[in-house]
Amino acid sequence: MDLMIESFPRLLNATKLTIELTLLSLFFGIFVGVFFAILRTSKNKFFFYIAYYYSYIFRGTPLLVQIFIIYFGLGQVEWIRESFLWIVLKEPYSCAILAFTLNTGAYCSEIFRSAFETINKGIIEAAEGLGLNRINTFFNIKLPIAIKQSLPAYGNEMILMLKGTSLASTVTLLDLTGVAKHIISTTFKPVEVFIVAGSIYLLMTLIIHNFIKFLEKKYNY
Amino acid sequence: MGLLAYGDTGWGDELVIATLMTIAVATTAIFIGFFLAAIFASFKLSKIKILNLIGSFYTTVFRGVPELLVIYLFFFGGSGAVMYVAKIFGYDGYIEINAFITGAISIGIISGAYSTEVFRGAIKSIDRGQFEASEVLGFRKKIYYYKIIIPQMLRLALPNISNVWQITLKDTSLISVTGLVEIMRQSYIAAGYTRDPLFFYSFAAVLYLFLTFLSMKLFNKLEKHYSRGH
Repeated sequence: MDLMIESFPRLLNATKLTIELTLLSLFFGIFVGVFFAILRTSKNKFFFYIAYYYSYIFRGTPLLVQIFIIYFGLGQVEWIRESFLWIVLKEPYSCAILAFTLNTGAYCSEIFRSAFETINKGIIEAAEGLGLNRINTFFNIKLPIAIKQSLPAYGNEMILMLKGTSLASTVTLLDLTGVAKHIISTTFKPVEVFIVAGSIYLLMTLIIHNFIKFLEKKYNY
Repeated sequence: MGLLAYGDTGWGDELVIATLMTIAVATTAIFIGFFLAAIFASFKLSKIKILNLIGSFYTTVFRGVPELLVIYLFFFGGSGAVMYVAKIFGYDGYIEINAFITGAISIGIISGAYSTEVFRGAIKSIDRGQFEASEVLGFRKKIYYYKIIIPQMLRLALPNISNVWQITLKDTSLISVTGLVEIMRQSYIAAGYTRDPLFFYSFAAVLYLFLTFLSMKLFNKLEKHYSRGH
């Protein structure tokens, strides 16, 4: 019990990094996801396959492999170390965000793609019939419907990303899991630390869950 | 390609064995998960409130807490718990639990939380009439569950079981932190030894892609088999 109270502030402090990693990755991931979702609907075979294999590779391999390739692997290439990319790739923090962004981007692209595909053709035709141009149709008709469609799946992805950020601890970052592991390995009291750190994670999961529920209600029509 | 040579000069044979280890852990874990899911899904479907609560607690915790944290709990906690029991029996030394067992159990418990939801959903989507008809026909509960409900449930659950398998397979990479020599750990060792992490981690990615591709094909076949007549 003492340990639980003692370790709580340290874990709470580390939660900041976990939240930061989650939010930044999700934010960048949306753009990557939308970009590749649009490529997937392209009639150009080349663009289609780039988007297809991107999503296939990032969804078919563990996140841990992706982080290790980016953090340990890419730094070994001479020309990358001499280029501007090195600014991003030499820090574990930016490597982790890059890996998480690419990973969640792949899942997002699938979620958005299927959301766009399930939009009723009649609605698009009606928009065209009313004389809306392509940009207007996209931003005012397609996008709001797609957002509503993808909310439940995207909520799951947010929770998966939150859990995924725990892998930042494997590249020396001290996020919630990293600090929890450190406390466990110095005190050998895994249960107490698990309860505290686990509760913090569950609380964040719960917040995301309710946030999505709220949005779903808001976008319901 | 010399790095992948078979035998003492390369890492080919080690990586083959590591891949088999990944398959072995993932398979053990998913069956531990099925076993737990059968129990907890029935808890969640039961009419008894307290069982409902236990079922929900299990799925909420193990789907909401990062896999890595669960692995650390069992990795550091497992031997502690065994040593505690051993102390009662008068043994005072250090006991280390096999990394395979720790890994399979921790991944199995996580996998089980996902399977529980899959099983529950599948049973719920079976037409009420099937239950009623079986009762009217005078089947005993055990018989009609095994002969009528579960076969139909499996067909409905198969696409989702395929998803759980993919998650479980990828989660096994996290056991590498406990030192079990599966794909990830072996790549880590080889990368450190040869100072060529880019090659070995990329190769690990290829191995995982191969495994996920293979299992997708297998599940598609199974789905076809179980949907015949539909």
